[in-house]
Amino acid sequence: MDDARLAERAVTTGEVKISARKAQVYYGETHAIRDVDVDILDKTVTAFIGPSGCGKSTFLRCLNRMNDTIPNCRVEGRITLDGEDIYDRSVDPVQLRARVGMVFQKPNPFPKSIYENVAYGPRIHGMARTKADLDQIVESCLRRAALWNEAKDRLDEPGTGLSGGQQQRLCIARAIATSPEVLLMDEPCSALDPIATAQVEELIDELRANFSVVIVTHSMQQAARVSQRTAFFHLGNLVEYGETGQIFTNPRDPRTESYITGRIG
Amino acid sequence: MTDISTGTAQDWNAPEVRSNLRRRHRGERWLRGIGLAAILTAFAVLVILLGSLTASGYKAFSQTFITLDVPVSADRVKPDRIAAANWRGVMQDAVAAMFPDATDAERKVLAAIPSSVAQFAVRDRVLADPALIGQTVTVSVPVSDPFDQLHKGLIDRATPEENRRLKDAEIAAFDRLVEAGKVALRPNWALVTSADSRFPELAGLRGALIGSFYALLTCFVISFPIGIGAAIYLEEFAPKNRLSDLIEININNLAAVPSVVFGLLGLAVFLGWFGLPRSAPFVGGLVLALMTLPTIIIATRAALKAVPPSIREAALGIGASRQQVVFQHVLPLAMPGILTGTIIGLAQALGETAPLLLIGMNAFITAAPATPFDAATALPTQIFIWADSPERGFVSRTSAAILVLLGFLILMNGLAIFLRNRFERRW
Ligand SMILES: Nc1ncnc2c1ncn2[C@@H]1O[C@H](COP(=O)(O)OP(=O)(O)OP(=O)(O)O)[C@@H](O)[C@H]1O
Ligand SMILES: [Mg+2]
Repeated sequence: MDDARLAERAVTTGEVKISARKAQVYYGETHAIRDVDVDILDKTVTAFIGPSGCGKSTFLRCLNRMNDTIPNCRVEGRITLDGEDIYDRSVDPVQLRARVGMVFQKPNPFPKSIYENVAYGPRIHGMARTKADLDQIVESCLRRAALWNEAKDRLDEPGTGLSGGQQQRLCIARAIATSPEVLLMDEPCSALDPIATAQVEELIDELRANFSVVIVTHSMQQAARVSQRTAFFHLGNLVEYGETGQIFTNPRDPRTESYITGRIG
Repeated sequence: MTDISTGTAQDWNAPEVRSNLRRRHRGERWLRGIGLAAILTAFAVLVILLGSLTASGYKAFSQTFITLDVPVSADRVKPDRIAAANWRGVMQDAVAAMFPDATDAERKVLAAIPSSVAQFAVRDRVLADPALIGQTVTVSVPVSDPFDQLHKGLIDRATPEENRRLKDAEIAAFDRLVEAGKVALRPNWALVTSADSRFPELAGLRGALIGSFYALLTCFVISFPIGIGAAIYLEEFAPKNRLSDLIEININNLAAVPSVVFGLLGLAVFLGWFGLPRSAPFVGGLVLALMTLPTIIIATRAALKAVPPSIREAALGIGASRQQVVFQHVLPLAMPGILTGTIIGLAQALGETAPLLLIGMNAFITAAPATPFDAATALPTQIFIWADSPERGFVSRTSAAILVLLGFLILMNGLAIFLRNRFERRW
């Protein structure tokens, strides 16, 4: 890693968008996330790193209440979006998930046409008044997800007919089509080649202008390239959280240091 | 790369390694042999079943007809009392006209050869057109059953007369008609266009087909939406707890309950409490719906389960409600499986006999039902009635009816396979 570049990088970050206090997640008896306190900032890319099975996906899924769908999963503690407790009774998870979009670890396009995949979100949320509006949204989202050139001639073909990497970009296009305020991305580039990865990273950087992006990644280089803040998880604990430059150049916790230098993981 | 040591390398030519390999191949050959034998046995049984049914049933697909020139004399038929005329006498006149040299006894025998409908066929023609009085009406009518059997070679002329269904005189009279070219074998459309009758030569499946259709329609209209609704609730919405486990066990049990029990239930509830009409296809359909419901619920749940959870997550993740997830994503993907299960359930219902017997759908009814609330039989109960009838002609008709029923079953199962292949999706 280019330490000098990291340290020099100007960090412009916004207000606190999502804040978690003493967040706990249990799968039945398994205590998967322990006492996580974290403030995710607006207009910032936050990277979650950590060894496999440490609970990155689990914590990410708490932020848009996707864990509600797992029968034996229990979330405790306080998680707020713009100061409002998202686990409060008054919060509708359906609306929350429109505001907090998600790209999953495994590409999961609908077995519908490419167009329908992207148009589905705007349609159910009533975001496009005319067909032309919808076409416009679909095109811009596919462009931003770096899929337009490959998909523009086959918008009516099923999304499941695309290659793995293309499917993942389709899922990204689908997620940004509802203009979420926060975009949660669980290893969005694990199935992508370096060129597509670079395009997605560019997209993430672009999204940062308006949104808050949380990205789970196993690639230290990627975390360093795209994020301004990094959280290191280990065995369900948030070990260290801070500016990306500081985490990679000057970690405070010995576990963080061993992980980023490749000794645990 | 690795420092794991496995000691010496495997010697692929060592005798014990080779014999191990041989043993494994032998095991595989055995398994394939047993599988093939099982399939062949099943196939042979099927061929025997279909073969014997066809052998005894194909004769019912044709019927011996006799063509008669019937002089409608003004003496016997008065224009103002056409219906009340002595039509039997008219028929005897016709036979007499055909064989002027026949004795009285012979004429009596000859007059018994056409089915008893013959006189009504003539009467109806004259009723429709009274101008025919005084002229000759030509009708082609089925011969009565024993002569039909004789013509199809089912009555052995070599049997001693006292053991034979037809006496020598009757056979001789029939042979005269054959010689005169009045007798012909024709396709027996009455088998599907007529309702039941006491006379085999007139009996058909129309009532049973319409009865079965109404019963299945009722069954489908009730069990399909309820079954899918119940399955969706159980699979997609119900919390997984003791209560839902209990419900699941009970639904599976319900699928295994003997059908006669559903019949008793229908008798007690639908006829006893609700006072619905006896023998009605609508009630039959209700009972069949009770039976089909668990099948549809189980098939639907399996089809819903087979939709990958990642599709649900994808839809939930962009803010679809649970209802939108189910109706816009999961259900369309599960539909082929649901339809297959439903059709197989309905095919089962089509062949179900016991519950229909209990609610009286084995009554002798000579008119096809006009509505689902009219008394009727169904295909399987019609088979039951015919199989129980003493007349020889019903033997081949029973087989023919079974073939018709099997034909519908094959059609339905074929449709199920077609739907499965046509709409099967991969993801
Ligand atoms: N549905 C589930 N039921 C039970 N346990 C689960 C479930 N999902 C995850 N876990 C457990 O929770 C822990 C954290 O899993 P999680 O998926 O969050 O890991 P991760 O950090 O995303 O790993 P990876 O980098 O491999 O994706 C693991 O020990 C895992 O076994
Ligand atoms: Mg993960």
